[in-house]
Amino acid sequence: MAYSFNFGVIQANLDKFLLGLATGLALALAAILVGVLIGLVCAFAATAKPRLPRLLVAGYVSAIRNTPILVIVLFVYFALPQLGIRMGKYESFTLSLAVYAGAYLTEVFRAGLAGVPRGVVDAGRAIGLTGYQVALHVVMPIMFRNSLPAMGTTFISLFKDTSIAAVIAVPELTYQARKLNTETFRVAEAWTTASALYIATCLLIAAGLRQLERRFPKF
Amino acid sequence: MEGFLHELWIARWALGQGLLLTIAISAASILFGTILGLLVGVALAYGSWPLRWLMRVYVDAVRGTPVLVLIFACFYLLAFAGINFTAVESGLFALTIFCGAHMGEIIRGALQSIPPAQIDAGRAIGLTFHRILIYVLLPQAFRQILPVWINTGAELVKSSSLLAIIGTAELLFRTQEIVGRNFMTLEFYGLCGALYFLVNFCIERLGKAAGRRFALQ
Amino acid sequence: MTALLSIRGLTKRFGATEVLKGVDLDVNQGEVVSIIGASGSGKTTLLRCVNLLEDFDGGEIHLDGISIGYAVKNGARRRLRERECARQRAMTGMVFQSFNLFPHLTAIGNVMLGLVKVRHMSRHDARDRAQSWLGRVGLADRGDFMPAQLSGGQQQRVAIARALAMDPKLVLLDEITSALDPELVGEVLATIKALAKDGTTMLIVTHEMRFARDVSHRTVFMDRGLIAEQGASADLFRQPRTPRLAEFLGTANL
Repeated sequence: MAYSFNFGVIQANLDKFLLGLATGLALALAAILVGVLIGLVCAFAATAKPRLPRLLVAGYVSAIRNTPILVIVLFVYFALPQLGIRMGKYESFTLSLAVYAGAYLTEVFRAGLAGVPRGVVDAGRAIGLTGYQVALHVVMPIMFRNSLPAMGTTFISLFKDTSIAAVIAVPELTYQARKLNTETFRVAEAWTTASALYIATCLLIAAGLRQLERRFPKF
Repeated sequence: MEGFLHELWIARWALGQGLLLTIAISAASILFGTILGLLVGVALAYGSWPLRWLMRVYVDAVRGTPVLVLIFACFYLLAFAGINFTAVESGLFALTIFCGAHMGEIIRGALQSIPPAQIDAGRAIGLTFHRILIYVLLPQAFRQILPVWINTGAELVKSSSLLAIIGTAELLFRTQEIVGRNFMTLEFYGLCGALYFLVNFCIERLGKAAGRRFALQ
Repeated sequence: MTALLSIRGLTKRFGATEVLKGVDLDVNQGEVVSIIGASGSGKTTLLRCVNLLEDFDGGEIHLDGISIGYAVKNGARRRLRERECARQRAMTGMVFQSFNLFPHLTAIGNVMLGLVKVRHMSRHDARDRAQSWLGRVGLADRGDFMPAQLSGGQQQRVAIARALAMDPKLVLLDEITSALDPELVGEVLATIKALAKDGTTMLIVTHEMRFARDVSHRTVFMDRGLIAEQGASADLFRQPRTPRLAEFLGTANL
């Protein structure tokens, strides 16, 4: 059976694909912003003196990292309404992805915190900064800078995970590809275009990250 | 609570079969994926220039693509090309390709981190490169990557849940069927998550124990 | 005249090891006191207790009449709240062996941080004061450099400026030249000499014997958690009165 690769199909639908790509990026961005907040709180909680916060954080990280993201997405979207928590698709997916990201970022920030030299903390205390001030003005800036590479790879990972949003009919890139596939049966065009867009975006983000790391190297 | 236990009892075979299939697919894909990754990794570390370039394209392309897209692509493209794979086979195919790229990169890294002096030592006692690879390099590489390999196994278990979308009757698919019947989304999606957690938790434990036994240092 | 710093019966243990076994020490306003001794004698721990980087188990420390770290009432000993401890730490300045500059701030930023966040100065006033102190340590034109762009000696001088800009009552210096290449030691010692001349009260832990003899009014020799001997620097090095100090000085470079 002769199959001719029809670029015209790609051209006609490129705008939908690009919109889908942008949607995916936006979801990933929203998720990582919330995820960073969760990760920061949990990373500091994990170093707290009382046992309860440490156990809670460990439980959260372990539970999320061992559960498939799809199950989390479906749970948040379908099961939470039973508890009275109703959300639109976008909010629901962003929440799921943020909770997922938070678990990974907690570990990233814990490693970053451990990498802050003790002496610098001493120096902060020695000039009379309170514990809170040391954390805010000394530890966090250093930790963030050192965590930059790991945060970057987490973001790329999250961007790829936005493909899962297709399952709850969020019109991002994978959804559009599947739609094109089932509507026009142009299988090769749909999937090669989608893949190419994902790969290109990941490569661009990675290159951007390398530049960023060169400009802001680790301390 | 009684309603849930009652429904759980009704659903026990379906869930059990789903869980079994999840484990089977994950195990098979890590097995095939590791074999593929071995070939890719060795090619990337020691291959000729065109071979390395080819493998690089494969690895970067697969790693830059979301698993779900890979699964869809394999599912639709294989069917379109006339290869009549079942959902299970198609899924296994996609996961193997995914795992192969992942493992290939890991094995390449491990092989390249072995001091070149090891190869010299092997040559000095008269081994061919082929033998050096099997008896000197790969054993060291495997010891090094053991924790990452275990981690990849857990990742595959999680990725296998995506196969539900193409109709593979593994754990998540079975859960969705059950929920479609009794609408107990909270309980059964919760249970589903807990079961995946359990499987991965066991893998994590196994990995730590194996790591302790086989650690190089 | 009451001493500016008064330490009585200071004890400190790390786990099972008793590092300080009852130290008594006075430092007067304007005095420069050196502490010498073998490693493990407790000199650094003593210093770190004065500015509460370490808690201590027994004894009392008074700085300018204020009880440091603990309130003793009716025989009961209560640790002060962290906020109060931070306030007390601002009364002393410390310069560390490994400089410990804040890597994410410029030289002038390092000096300004305490002025803005602890002394609550305006950024403008803080900058002026910081710039003036950088000038005093000979780094007036290096304010906008990041620590990574400075040599070890320069970093240590920024650290000195950082400590002194806070206008502390007492400056604690912990082996501040130990981590420096020999050719960079001179510039740091010169800076300290100038400060001593200006009447800064300092407590210096050092193993540079010549420096201790030249800069400090009084030298204290610590041995195994206690002060074994102390006296005017000019005399102590020439004529140690205890055999232990004689032995220590014999093996040290003079």
